[in-house]
Parts: sequence; C-alpha cells; structure tokens
Amino acid sequence: MALLEVDNLTVTFRTASGPFVALDGISYRVDQREVLAIVGESGSGKSVAMLAIMGLLPPSATVKADRIVFEGRDMLAMTPRQRRQIIGKDIAMIFQEPMASLNPCFTVGYQIGEVLKYHLGMRRGARRKRIVELLEEVRIADPIHRMKSFPHQMSGGQCQRVMIAMAISCRPKLLIADEPTTALDVTIQKQILELLMQLQAEEGMGMIIITHDMGVVAETADRVIVQYKGRRMEEANVLDLFANPKSPYTKGLLAALPENATGDRLPVVADFTPDGPAAP
Amino acid sequence: MFRFLLSRLALIVPTFFGITVIAFLFPRLLKGDPVLLLSGERGVSPERYAMLNEQFGFDRPLIVQYFDYVWHLLGGDFGTSIATKSPVLHDFFALFPATVELSLFAVTFAVIIGIPAGIIAAVKRGSLFDQGAMGIALAGYSMPIFWWGLLLIVIFSTTLGWTPIDGRIGLRYFFDSVTGFMTIDALISGQRGAFSSAVSHLILPTIVLGTIPLAVIARQTRSAMLEVLSEDYIRTARAKGLPPRRVIGVHALRNALIPVVTTIGLQTGLLLAGAILTEHIFSWPGIGKWMLDSLSQRDYPAVQGGLILIALVVMVVNIIVDVLYGLINPAIRYRS
Ligand SMILES: Nc1ncnc2c1ncn2[C@@H]1O[C@H](COP(=O)(O)OP(=O)(O)OP(=O)(O)O)[C@@H](O)[C@H]1O
Ligand SMILES: [Mg+2]
Repeated sequence: MALLEVDNLTVTFRTASGPFVALDGISYRVDQREVLAIVGESGSGKSVAMLAIMGLLPPSATVKADRIVFEGRDMLAMTPRQRRQIIGKDIAMIFQEPMASLNPCFTVGYQIGEVLKYHLGMRRGARRKRIVELLEEVRIADPIHRMKSFPHQMSGGQCQRVMIAMAISCRPKLLIADEPTTALDVTIQKQILELLMQLQAEEGMGMIIITHDMGVVAETADRVIVQYKGRRMEEANVLDLFANPKSPYTKGLLAALPENATGDRLPVVADFTPDGPAAP
Repeated sequence: MFRFLLSRLALIVPTFFGITVIAFLFPRLLKGDPVLLLSGERGVSPERYAMLNEQFGFDRPLIVQYFDYVWHLLGGDFGTSIATKSPVLHDFFALFPATVELSLFAVTFAVIIGIPAGIIAAVKRGSLFDQGAMGIALAGYSMPIFWWGLLLIVIFSTTLGWTPIDGRIGLRYFFDSVTGFMTIDALISGQRGAFSSAVSHLILPTIVLGTIPLAVIARQTRSAMLEVLSEDYIRTARAKGLPPRRVIGVHALRNALIPVVTTIGLQTGLLLAGAILTEHIFSWPGIGKWMLDSLSQRDYPAVQGGLILIALVVMVVNIIVDVLYGLINPAIRYRS
C-alpha cells in the first residue's frame, strides 16, 4: 500500500514580476519502507514540493493537487490543526543547514522534548529518559550532558544528528530528508547517511531523500525521480536508472559523475539539458 | 562573565571624569550669578556679595574649583545645595524614587503595549493593523513631549475631569514615605482610596513619558520579529507540528527579544531626559523637576551633582543591560 500519494502537484508563487510556477504537475508516490530519491539541479522545485506536502509554504504560494493522501487520509481536506497533528509526528523532515535549523536560544534537549510533549503528551521525567535514548540512537556521545548544550556548542554533524533524533522521536512513518548532508564535511556526510539508512531500516520508515548527488542515490534509493525546472524528467527503479537512463538530462547527471569522465573535461549537466548545452 | 563585567567597569572611570568636566562647566556657561539669584529682589551689598562668593568658593580660579570639586566627589561628597542648604546627595535620594516610579510605570506601559503590537504587526505584515500601528508609532516617535502632555491634560484633566493635573497623590492623603514609591507606600498605609489616587496621578505622566519608548519598542519588535520569522529554525518549529502560538510566542519571540531588550536598556538615558520634561509638565516632585528648579536658580552644586548622579544611573543601567544581554543570549553566555 502506498504510504504517500501525491497526484499532479502544482505550486505557483506570487512574485513581484508575476506568478512563478515552481512546480508543474508532478506526482510522487512512496510505499512503506521504500526510499525514494528526488534528484535535480538547484531550483528544480525539490524543496518546494516537500514543503507543499508538509503545508509549510508561505502564503505567497498557491498549492494545487488532485490528491495528497497520506496513509489513506486526505491531507488536502485537512484543517491546519489536523495537519499539525501529522507533521512532526508521522511525517518528519530534516533540512540542509543543521546549525541554522536549530533554535539558538534553546538547548537541544529542550527542542527534542518539545516534540515528545506536543505529540505524545509525555511528562518531564519520561521525556528526559526518551531524549537520552534518542541521542544515543543517533550516536551522540555523553547524551546526559549533551542534551543541555546549545546548538552553537555543537558541530554541524552533531546538529544534524540532533535534527535526526528530533525527526525520529515519534517514530514517523515517513521521513523527508532535504539534502541532509550537503552542508557537511565529506567524512561526516558518509556517517550521517549511514545513520539515516540504518534508522530507516530499523524503524521501517518510508523515506524521501533529496540530493544533487547521484552517488548518494546509488547508495540509498529504491526508486528515483529526476526533476528539472518543476517537471518530472524521469522516474525509475534505481538499478534501471543507472543501467539505462532514458532522458538526456539523466544521462547528463550520470555522466557528470567523476568516475564517468571521459575526454579532457568533466561533462556538466548543462550539456544535456533540454535547452541544449550553454554557449561556450 | 566576571572579566566582561570588569572590562565594563574599567570603562566607567574615564567616562566618569568626562562627565564631571561637562557637569561642572555646563551651569557655569549659562548667564546668571547664583549669589545674586539667591539674594533675590532686595539685592545685596558689595561686601556681603564678596563674602558669599568666598564662602561658596566662587572667587577662586575655575580650575581650582574643579579639582576641589572632584576631590570631594571622590570622597562621596557631592557638596551642599545653595538653595536648600542640605547635601546634594540627600536631596537627590529624597526625590529619586519618584522619578524611578514614574520611569518604571512608563517602561512597563511601553513594553506591555509595544511588544504585542510589534509581534502582531510583524506576523500580519502589510495588513491594516501593521500599517496603522506603524503609522501611529512613527507619530508617537516624533511627538514633542511638552505639547503631548499639555494636550492630554486639556482633554482628560481640564475638559473631562478624569485625571488629576499634577502631583503624586491627592492632598487629603498623608502618610510616611517608606519606600519612596507612592503606590507602594499608599498600599502600606492602608488608607482607603490612597492607592487608586496614586495610580490616577500616574496615568497621564506614564502615557506622556512612555509614548516615545512605546513607539521605539513596537518598531524594534516588529523588525526583529520579521527578521527572525524567516530563519530556518522557525521552519523547523513549524515542521515539528507546533501550534502557531508556540512558534511565534516562544521560538520567534525568544530570539527577537535579544535586540529589543538592548534597545529598552539603551533608552534609559533618553527616558530620564524625557522624565525631566514630564515632571515639569505635571509638577511631579522627582529629580527632573528638581534639576530644572536648581538650574533656574543657578544652584551649581545641585545641577552638577544631579547631572553626575543621573549619568551614573544611566551607566549602571547600561551595565545591567549588558549582563541581561548575556543572560538572554546563550551564544554570548557560554563563549568564555
Ligand atoms: N517563497 C518563495 N517565493 C518565490 N519563489 C520561490 C520561493 N521558494 C522557492 N521559490 C522558487 O521556486 C523554485 C524552486 O525552489 P526549490 O527551493 O524547491 O529548489 P530546490 O530544487 O530545492 O533547489 P536546491 O537544490 O537549491 O535546494 C526556485 O526557482 C525558487 O526560486
Ligand atoms: Mg532545496
């Protein structure tokens, strides 16, 4: 059964220079325990799509869709209040900039505890125990001490671990990770990715992972959607995509991987976009 | 934190000396002779004039007078008022609570209205409320205190008769000053109606003195909130499914308050300047009125001492604000 089904999602922003279509009728489906990767260059509407599903876009955005159904529940028909009972609990999200995503004025323990309090109604003592547990789960050393730290006292990698702890605190059915490793050092990237995949397997979560990195796709995803300028270029099983990319844009993404370089320069994605290579 | 405090205290010393120079020269640059003003209409004989001048020490060169004054200051002696003949420090502290009470009311008034107004204006950016509130704030910010005070007196005291015109409490109440705060003393006295009389006397002065801080706080809160609301951590708070009340009132406000508290603290000097005018308008017996009266009598020791003491108060408040800033901003608190 599909965990999340989004049909024909369109997002339009009101801007000073008229309406801007950031997302033009894309459909997404994620099954239980499935990992869906969304790839595409900057500005292709990956984040906008996820924020639309979460109901987090600013008022300047108009969201239209034929359906947004999560676990059989119609999210489009929900009141903001009903939607708030799902997001943060059954659908959780982590972001690209872990440091900036945590509130600098509150300890990380407090920020995790908030979710436990609001969604699960846990009391102080129980919350404390669970926070320590969660921090252990995301491999933060000395959690009893660490839960009292402020975000600026931690590294980017640790902050992302805290964000992950927060996201999995209510055992969500779907975790959306929007470029969770882009802002981190290469060695840390690998650790965070491993942690995410391990938690996904342990908890049996469905997951949407957004990335620019075809290497990340290969390591994590079951299925891939390739997106370009708010449209879907291609959707395929991950093995099929790498073996037999259909759209020229996808071919470009794959060719841009360093290990596929031939000739004297790295191909860039622009060489393969529908608009053709950029003028030299 | 301790080192931070020490460095702030070290800064006080040169500032303090600068202020003594200004405070010493300022009344002397004005026309008018304290001795002549003291003797009033009847005038004074040249012999008696010379005697008084010598008694106050005004016959010596300015530079000698200055160092003599500072020397005494360092011993905690602010001199004796020419007009009241009592120590300046004594006069100051007798009147200071009245000014503090008025200032506290004014700041509280400004905070209680200004912060919520700023929050709502930011959240409903561009709305009618936002435009209206910011228009009023701009008007309030540029309101001449004197004119504003007279306007309120004409409307609410003279025409409508709702509020008293001057003083701190009705004439029929009399009790000993315990704290110097009329509202608290009225409560302690247990006399019926004394407290409400004290409060009614505070209403107009509070509004007049609080108007400019109110405008500043509302505008500052709005701009701080607007900045904070676009931060990533606000998106995180909403992605957690927290109710808007909590996202705005806790996650956003807590961050927005950091610059707002600083602004409030830095307004203390302006507030005391405003208090001088406000006290004059409402015959409020605080240090503002005392300073103006002393100035018109060229009471050099009182004016000098008053200026220095007010400057000290502003400096102390600024240090408190710095400490507070460290306390509400975890990024600073834990740096050392
Ligand atoms: N609040 C907004 N108002 C107007 N336009 C917006 C807004 N948010 C996003 N956009 C536009 O929508 C388009 C898609 O943005 P989005 O953030 O989804 O890109 P993305 O695929 O996530 O890119 P990246 O890889 O850089 O994160 C961009 O052109 C962006 O400028
Ligand atoms: Mg993005």
